[in-house]
Amino acid sequence: MTIPGSWYLVVAALLFGLGAFGVLTRRNVIVMFMSLELMLNAVNLTFVSYARMLNDVGGQVDVFFVLVVAAAEVVVGLGIIVAIFRQRATVTADDISSLKG
Amino acid sequence: MMLAAISIPQLIVFVVAVAIVGVGGVGLLAAKHTVHSALFLVMTLFGVAVLFIEEGAEFLAAVQVIVYAGAIVVLFLFVIMLLGVDRVEVPAFVADRNRIVLAGVGVLAVLVELFYVASGAWSSGAVSQSGSLSAGQNVGVLARSVFTTYVYPFELTGALLVIAVVGAVVLSKRLIGRREVDR
Repeated sequence: MTIPGSWYLVVAALLFGLGAFGVLTRRNVIVMFMSLELMLNAVNLTFVSYARMLNDVGGQVDVFFVLVVAAAEVVVGLGIIVAIFRQRATVTADDISSLKG
Repeated sequence: MMLAAISIPQLIVFVVAVAIVGVGGVGLLAAKHTVHSALFLVMTLFGVAVLFIEEGAEFLAAVQVIVYAGAIVVLFLFVIMLLGVDRVEVPAFVADRNRIVLAGVGVLAVLVELFYVASGAWSSGAVSQSGSLSAGQNVGVLARSVFTTYVYPFELTGALLVIAVVGAVVLSKRLIGRREVDR
């Protein structure tokens, strides 16, 4: 018998929690970004688990699209980080507060 | 319990992959240097790719390694290189203790809810809308679905990638122009 799907879901949930905690607590914007990738991967794992559990190809197609969107998001996000760093010489989230009001 | 029914090799692969994912994820959060975080990210992505293979998603596992561990992490490493490798954030985590505790409580609440959902039945009884996964080879089934049912979203992702590339170029280009005006 194969591993039960719920085990994968638990692993994915833990990975998502780890990523969420990283986004909320780390100060470096790049590490926050990487934690975001962790969360996206956890969701991908959930999609693949449910695709297997429901025997539905839709879950895997969704992961395909999530991968593409994640690639685009990383390109633009890192571009913004580099642009911010050029102007203010910081990659710490606490220092980037111009929009705080 | 159910443990006896699971084949031992699969269990070993699962446990090892989960260990890799766990060590990578915790290492990413705990690492002082950003470069180490990026390398731990590669480790996690490989672990998730192994889990993908164990779940029968061979194509996605390959794409995961090529696109994520290959392209995206290299992009991260390039940006880290641009911003200075030896830069260490003295307090890696936010200074506000309350914020860390609140983040932990919030994440725990989400986890409890997710565990509650995950420990339920194998499926919700939903009926497949986009075709059966076991109709053939993984790559073939996926390709047929992407190029027939989901062909318009697929074309849109192409447009999205072009927009992202143009956006990244514009982001760096306009800044150079402004700096010249400042002088």
